[in-house]
Amino acid sequence: MYPDNFRYTKEHEWVLADGDAGTIGITDHAQQELGDIVYVDLPKVGTRIDAGKSLGSVESVKAVSDIYSPVSGEITEINESLADAPEKLNTDPHGDAWLVKIRLSNLEEIQHLMSAADYQIYVGAEK
Amino acid sequence: MPAAPVLRSTPLNAFHRALGARMVDFGGWDMPVQYSGIIDEHNAVRHAVGVFDVSHMGEIEIRGPEAARLTDFVTTNAVHKLKPGQAHYSGLLYEHGGFVDDILVHKVSDECYFLCVNASNQDKDFEHIAAHNHFDAVVENAGERYAQIAIQGPKARATLQKLTPVDLGAIKYYWFTDGEVSGAPARIAHTGYTGEDGFEIYVPPADAERMWKLVMHAGAEFGIKPCGLGARNTLRLEAKMALYGHEIDASISPLEADLGWIVKLDKGEFVGRDALLKQKESGIRRKLIGFEMRARGIGRDGYEVCLNGAPAGWVTSGGPAPSLNKNIGLCYLPTEQSVPGTSIQIMIRNQPVDAVTVETPFYKRAK
Repeated sequence: MYPDNFRYTKEHEWVLADGDAGTIGITDHAQQELGDIVYVDLPKVGTRIDAGKSLGSVESVKAVSDIYSPVSGEITEINESLADAPEKLNTDPHGDAWLVKIRLSNLEEIQHLMSAADYQIYVGAEK
Repeated sequence: MPAAPVLRSTPLNAFHRALGARMVDFGGWDMPVQYSGIIDEHNAVRHAVGVFDVSHMGEIEIRGPEAARLTDFVTTNAVHKLKPGQAHYSGLLYEHGGFVDDILVHKVSDECYFLCVNASNQDKDFEHIAAHNHFDAVVENAGERYAQIAIQGPKARATLQKLTPVDLGAIKYYWFTDGEVSGAPARIAHTGYTGEDGFEIYVPPADAERMWKLVMHAGAEFGIKPCGLGARNTLRLEAKMALYGHEIDASISPLEADLGWIVKLDKGEFVGRDALLKQKESGIRRKLIGFEMRARGIGRDGYEVCLNGAPAGWVTSGGPAPSLNKNIGLCYLPTEQSVPGTSIQIMIRNQPVDAVTVETPFYKRAK
């Protein structure tokens, strides 16, 4: 369910890092909790962001949920396809429906995030 | 740490949980917010049929030779015009003209009126009515005696008809009849809170689970879906039906809420009438109006509304409208600007986002 090469936050975001090139998304658990996702608000390319700060928001029919950046860095790309098809976040949150790409400014931050195994236990325990 | 409040539950609570519904605290009640998904459930009601557990809704009965006089005195609509078997939407007001609650009044007979009231307002409503009972009427808080199931959608009648000998086609909209559904006594009302055709049935709590299963079975051929409060909210918002605590509350009058049609000022004395007469004379300062988002973004409950950059009102309910593919909402604006076609801005995450006021209801079913 949760890819082993991702790292996870307590706020249910994931990051996949390849050197200083990162991809950020929300987890399957997050999309399940949100329900039908109808709107995604993402930062502009070039925005510098600190780990733990708001990266934007995801909205379901009922609620708005902030997304927090798992890592610090500069946004290099946003997933434009989500503007017209936010519902992809419900079907493929770990794949096609990534949110942003980021150039990591502090590679060590990755080490502080949860592994897939730890995240699995975390969401299991949260229920 | 204070103990978590004990939530009240309907007779179908365990059943919802077994079905995998997501439960929420709704005004002190543990209620299903969704089963298969809000949009899926919403669409089932618009195109086929959906079933809702609305047993949390309260019931109050007013009985006796002066039941009509008391009911007329505490509500805004013209009770004396109701015929036995007829129902109408109405308001319970404070003296100052604000809402105690919005309710449905059913005339069972000359000496019995059956009120369907909001769950979290039930006790307050009962006390309010009892306090104004200067008549020879009996007021009973009867919520415990009824479970309520709403069957809504174009296939609602075909679904429910399989379970009852009552000719549902003979019950006009906003009329009701006392009959049987699968052998159980049921008050069958041609009412709803979805903007779609449908029925609301009041049954003994002990029959609720059996009734729900029978309805699900009867509607299977139409693709019936169990629906939660999430879909109930998107459906009622598209139909511009008020929700207590959002469009209306103790600080809002029916004239402000665009509900003048449930106020019959010429019917004689009633609680709140003097305040409404004064409002009518001097004019109201704010009024409810619908809006559509023009730019990307969703205006939601409580967001500030601006006119030319200056704060002017607030969103009472807002969100995506699944049947319209738009983001819609209702808001209060100064009366002069509360007309369709006004450019407004909704403050979303501290950014003004363009919207425009529009005619309502947003959605109207084809007759």
